[in-house]
This record gives sequence, structure tokens and C-alpha cells, in this order.
Amino acid sequence: MADFIWHALLAGIGVALIAGPLGSFVVWRRMSYFGDTLAHSALLGIALGIALDMNLNIAVIICCVLIAVTLVFLQQHRFISTDTLLGILAHSTLSLGLISIGLLGVRVDILSYLFGDLLTVTNSELIWIFTGTVAVSTLLIIFWRPLLAITIDEEMAQAEGYPVTLIRLLLMLLMAIVIAVAMKIVGVLLITSLMIIPAAAARRLTKSPESMALTASVLGCIAVILGILASVEWDTATGPSIVLAAAVVFVGCYLIPTHYLGKPKGEAG
Amino acid sequence: MNSPKKLVEIDNINVILGGNCVIDQVSLNIQAGEIVTLIGPNGAGKSTLIRAILGLLKPSSGKIKTAPGLRIGYMPQRLQMDRTIPLNVQRFLNVWRTRNSISIKTALKHVSAEHLAMRPMQEISGGELQRILLARALLRNPQLLVLDEPVQGVDMQGQTELYQLIHEIRNLYHCAVLMVSHDLHLVMSSTDRVICMNHHICCSGHPESVSNDPAYQELFGKEAVESIALYAHHHDHSHDDTGKVVDHSEHLHG
Repeated sequence: MADFIWHALLAGIGVALIAGPLGSFVVWRRMSYFGDTLAHSALLGIALGIALDMNLNIAVIICCVLIAVTLVFLQQHRFISTDTLLGILAHSTLSLGLISIGLLGVRVDILSYLFGDLLTVTNSELIWIFTGTVAVSTLLIIFWRPLLAITIDEEMAQAEGYPVTLIRLLLMLLMAIVIAVAMKIVGVLLITSLMIIPAAAARRLTKSPESMALTASVLGCIAVILGILASVEWDTATGPSIVLAAAVVFVGCYLIPTHYLGKPKGEAG
Repeated sequence: MNSPKKLVEIDNINVILGGNCVIDQVSLNIQAGEIVTLIGPNGAGKSTLIRAILGLLKPSSGKIKTAPGLRIGYMPQRLQMDRTIPLNVQRFLNVWRTRNSISIKTALKHVSAEHLAMRPMQEISGGELQRILLARALLRNPQLLVLDEPVQGVDMQGQTELYQLIHEIRNLYHCAVLMVSHDLHLVMSSTDRVICMNHHICCSGHPESVSNDPAYQELFGKEAVESIALYAHHHDHSHDDTGKVVDHSEHLHG
């Protein structure tokens, strides 16, 4: 196989490994729309990075965290429903990003940011992806318990003395990092799917939070491999191919008859 | 057991939320080992008071002092947990364990729910969930158990059993209990002191005396005969629509 395919596979697997556990939190906390909004604002980060001539990954992380903090702040004021707020922010930041990049007058392949451009991953991008993967998994392991506690019940966690706001910020930072590194793979428009589809598929197969997170990583890797191979074979767009492969894996998981899963009825929710 | 040690001292607190005075000059002490029941109509500020004691919200004015190192076990009104989190009862409890916790097995045994240990959280009934949440509150070997409507979503038979259980747990752990309830008659036999509140404390004392108190009768009589607009008042003050005291002559505080 050609080198670029190996690069693509490595990059895709690196992202799928962390997208799984983080995607599980997104599913458990019903944050998929929130993730979408962050991902959409990533394009604004690209514009910012180009304008300030800084590393684009870092610019995206900073931008996502800023948007996340703004969101939390606006949410607390409750002058409008979270759902509406997310809708407003998602599309206005996306538009602002698109227009800013246009105004900067630099030649940027916007489509590759929107839908990913996995087959042109460079060595330095691979290093970024794996640095991100190691950083996110380390933080996830260290803070697993508090993250799980605030996910089960924020108020309960707060009553037990967990610094809920800080842990929530940490979760957003982790999401921002995943978005920054995953942008290359599936693009800002499809990132959330790489997080939630494998996690949702894993829910059907698992009985504990840890096994769901790990299974989501594995299923994500399978989707990435299938998607890349399909994209090379049939010359389809790589990002969308990966997302479709994930959807096929998801449907496959829910087609497995319950008695093969060896669990009491009704648990698969 | 009934040492006079004060676990919680609430000194004249006010809580104002969204411009409404939800808690109006409440003072209250909780002594070690006693069972205190907060009773009052919906929206009377009972849960808010509990949240203030737990430190989940800051009073607008006044002070809440807790004994140094006080171990509080908190049982919330309901669990926010999403159904998609795959957890069985044992794992759920394990998330909340700390180094000094009693064992999960012991906690489950004390609420008679050992048989539920391996059951997925998604498959337990309302009454079972209340026992699991109670077991969770016990993990810290608490000196004070704070229970926000512990019998919510439980049938009448189960409610009586649950109150009985709470009473037994107090005797077992020698802890104080602060709980919120709707129904004085159900908690009467398992409580030492009743605080009847509607933003402020209307009356308080032994369950028998509170049930005969005109302030109590007014508060709950009003709910029972809600179709009748005017209700005869034979007590020291009354409430307007927002629960504020209209006729402010001397009434009990704490």
C-alpha cells in the first residue's frame, strides 16, 4: 500500500482512539449538539490562526475553549434556551469563520476543513495527532472518576465536594483538543459523528462505562479502517466514507440479537 | 446519643432567587442524633434550604455554620443520570466511594437491597432506586443524613417502610437526619422534631404539637380545600399568593 494510506490510517486511528471515550461522555451528557457547535467554531480558530500567524491546532483549541466558556456563561444567564443558543452560535461562528478566511485573502482549501482531507496528512500533523491522543487519554485516565461523577449527577458530585465547574471545563478542553486534531480527518462538519456514532454503537455491547469507552475506541478504529479502504477502493471522499462506515458499524451492533450479548433484556437502551 | 452537640447552626438566613425571597429569615439548629423533618407546601423553599445547608448555593444573607469535618450523606430528590450510562448498582455506588467509606455490601445490607447489587441501574424500580440512593448516602458513614423527599415516587406501603428504614438507620449510625416531607402523618412516628415552613418557619416542635398548631393547620388545610377561596384563619399570621406573610404579628422563628 502507498505511504499516504498508512499515514491516513495512523492518523485516523489516533483520532478514533480518543474520540471513543470522549464521545461516550458526549452521549452520556447529551452534549452532541454542544460538540457540533464547538466543531463549527473551529473554523473561526483557523481564521484566527492564519491572521495571527500561529499554529493552527493551538488556535483551534483556544477558539473552541473560548466558545465553550462563553456558552457556559450564557447558559447560566438563561435568557434563552440552550438549544436555541447552540443553534445560534454554531452557525454564526461557522459563517464568521468562513467569511474571515475569505477576507484574509489567503488561499485556503476550505472544503478540506469542512469535510477533512485525510489522504494528505503530513508527518508533522501525525505528530500533532498522537501528541493530542496521548494528552487526552492521560487526562481522561487521571480524571476519570470525577468526570464520571459529574456525568452521573452534577449536583450530587457538587455535594460530595467535587469542583464541578473545573471538571466541566476540563471536559470542554478535552473536546477542543479532539476537535482540533480530528478536523484534518473528517472536517468540522462531521467531527461530532466520529465521537458519538462509535460510542452509541458501543452502548449496545457493554455493561460498564469503561468498557463502553474502550469499545467505542475499537469500533471507531474499525470505522476509520473500513472508511479509508473504501475511499481508496471506490475513490470516494474520505471523511464522509469514514462517517458512513461508522454508521454501518452502528447499525450492525444494533442488529446483533440480544441473546448473543448475554445480558438481561431491556438493558440496551 | 442525644449529646447536645450542634452539627448545623443556621443563623437568620435569607435566600433570594430571581427576585423572590425563597427563604425568609430562617434560623435552625440541628443536634447530633436527632431526626428533623421539614414540612411545607410545594415551592415553600424546603429544597432550597437543604441546598444551602449542603453548600450548593450561598445564602443572600445570614450564616450557616457546620461542625468542623462534618460528614454529610446526601440523598437527592431524584437522580439526573442519563439512561445511556451502562452502570450496575455496585458500580454506581463505587463511583462515590472514598478512602474512608464503609463497604458497598454493608451499605446495601443496611437498606435491605443486597440482591440489587448486580442489577443495571436502568432496571430498578422507583422504590428500589430510593434505597440505592440511601445506601449511597450511607457510604461516608455520615453524622448527618440529608434526605430531600426520600419517598418520592414510592407507593404508600413503600413510604411507610422507607420511613421505618430511615428511623432504623438513625439508630444504627447514630446520625442526625434532616429530611423533607409532604405528609406529616406518615413521618410522625419516625421524627423527633418537625419544622413547618413556608419561606419562613411557621411553627416547629414535636410532631404532635405541630399537628395541632394553627399555623400548620392553615398551611395544609389550605391545600386540602383549595377550591374554597377564603379560609378561616385562627392564628397569628396569614400568607398571600406568593407565600409572604401578610399579617405580621408575632410568630415563631426556629
